[in-house]
Amino acid sequence: MKKSQDAGRDKRREKKRAEKLGIPLPDKGPKQVPHTLESLREKDVTMVEEDDEELYQEEATDAYASYFTKAYEPKVLLTCSDNPHKKTRSFILELCKMIPGSKPVWRKKTSVKSVVKQAAEHGYTDVLIVNEDRRVPNAMLVVHLPEGPTALFRISNPKICKEINRDYKDISFHRPEVILNNFKTRLGRFIARMLGALFHYDPEFKGRRVCTFHNQRDYIFFRHHRYAFKDTEKVRLHEVGPRFTLILQWLQEGAFEGDFEWKMKSEMRTSRRRFFL
Amino acid sequence: MQCDDVVWGILSKRFCSYMLKTKTQTFCRNEYNLTGLCNRKSCPLANSQYATVREETGIIYLYIRTAERVYFPIRQWEKVKLSRNFVKALQQIDENLVFWPKYYRQKCRQRLLKITQYLTRMRKLKLRGQKKIIPLQKRNEVRTRRKEEKALIAARLDNAIEKQLLQRLKDGTYERIYNFPTEAFDVNVDEESEEESEFEEEPEEERGEEVETDEDVEAQLEREVVAEEQREMDSSDDDSDAEHEFVGDFEESDEDDIDLEDAANAVNNGEDANLDSDDGENDASNSRMMDDDEYDIENIANKSGVLDDSDDGDDEDEAPKLLRAKKKKAVAKVIKKRGKAKLEVEYEAEETLPKVKITS
Repeated sequence: MKKSQDAGRDKRREKKRAEKLGIPLPDKGPKQVPHTLESLREKDVTMVEEDDEELYQEEATDAYASYFTKAYEPKVLLTCSDNPHKKTRSFILELCKMIPGSKPVWRKKTSVKSVVKQAAEHGYTDVLIVNEDRRVPNAMLVVHLPEGPTALFRISNPKICKEINRDYKDISFHRPEVILNNFKTRLGRFIARMLGALFHYDPEFKGRRVCTFHNQRDYIFFRHHRYAFKDTEKVRLHEVGPRFTLILQWLQEGAFEGDFEWKMKSEMRTSRRRFFL
Repeated sequence: MQCDDVVWGILSKRFCSYMLKTKTQTFCRNEYNLTGLCNRKSCPLANSQYATVREETGIIYLYIRTAERVYFPIRQWEKVKLSRNFVKALQQIDENLVFWPKYYRQKCRQRLLKITQYLTRMRKLKLRGQKKIIPLQKRNEVRTRRKEEKALIAARLDNAIEKQLLQRLKDGTYERIYNFPTEAFDVNVDEESEEESEFEEEPEEERGEEVETDEDVEAQLEREVVAEEQREMDSSDDDSDAEHEFVGDFEESDEDDIDLEDAANAVNNGEDANLDSDDGENDASNSRMMDDDEYDIENIANKSGVLDDSDDGDDEDEAPKLLRAKKKKAVAKVIKKRGKAKLEVEYEAEETLPKVKITS
């Protein structure tokens, strides 16, 4: 830290001197772009390019293909673990408000498998089970229903509306837009589609709501805003609604059964520059 | 039988390896003990006629010992398997201990009840699916938390979201809703004539565009997944966007347009020549602006109907600001076409305008 302080100080001194004497600053070459973890990220074999034919073909046949062809409207069932506390309850209610076509159900000690089965019978397309630990939501299980994939995310820093000083009633019933940022690898893309498929495919733009899932270094930040365009160069964002971070733990084929497509292991985190999403 | 008292005397007063003394009670750790306490009556070593109920791997047995068998330690305990039906098991106990002291029958029954209760509880717990308790490593937790903070800073979420939204605006997903002229403030005097001709072409093009909007949205949904943080805006994009400037319906809303017109005229007295030719288009563009404003206000009105009155502060602030911004745009556009940049004056004039009516 001291080194950079000194460097900064020297720089400023040079600049001042140059100004005083009217001498142009010596040219130190082109401006150096600082290294960041993003720029130094280890190249992953599964990183996805934009226009990949193979990718589009695969996506046309995977579990979420039917969502993107607008074959169905997503219907989401939201539950939590047994006997939720206040914060988890509020969290779930806010998620319900946010996700159109969702319904909260309080689970009374039924096993996950039976929840999944019953939801499938009632025609739900997705199940979201929020797990609670120490009075705070700490994990989210996303199950896509007609035999779809399951993903377990750990939730960190969950903030309900009240904690960001917003009223949950501000969440209108308009269908929100979804932004899925920065999902680079195949796995990342799959997860992004999974999360996006929870929301209705047809957003109501006049509602001006946007839900963002932004991936940065394997942490998926979720934010919910209302936006207003001032002009074509400026948007104003007004944050509303819950805020949390998701960390993918595992991804499983099949609705809470089947092989694990991907599992987070501590051995995977050996390199500081290696990310999976 | 005779040695029972002797045995008890030795065990209680001297030493018993099964005895466990605590401050309030003495316990007996002998597995055949009926009550678990160290008493004259419950001690299995000091009573040659003894009975207990014990469970082994979920099956409940009645153990009986008589005075004759005490001297054969291997053969001393008689094991009777009790029925799984609780009532029948009670009966079995009573049958087997028919002429025994009441104490043993009583205690055996009580013990049977307790055992069945805890077995059913164990079964229920197993069926319910016990929560798996996973130990966390504090080191990893701290590390992930720190990394998350850093990732959050690196993410610069607001910027990223704003960029995405602006990109979508430019790509035309919000076509019918917003009506920003993308080059509002970049128009020069030279390009004036170009713009005028473009405006005349608008109506036909616009119809064509509207049909495509849904598909645009669909395509946008596909593309949004791989959104990148930086996209270059090509000049070609700007040009295509310029085509999206709507002239729109030629219905004129009554008072407002006239006032705007007057204001515009008041400013640009000098250019009488241009006035007439530009009138129609200005009216049209103005009216379109007005329509949009009204449309937007309707939405805001609807929205505030949905929301609670108490917390409308932000929205209400937003709404009039939006309107004002749009109005400024409308007026500014008028000026620009005349080739004069008298923005400040326009704003002053604008403030005297009546508020836009909210149509029901």
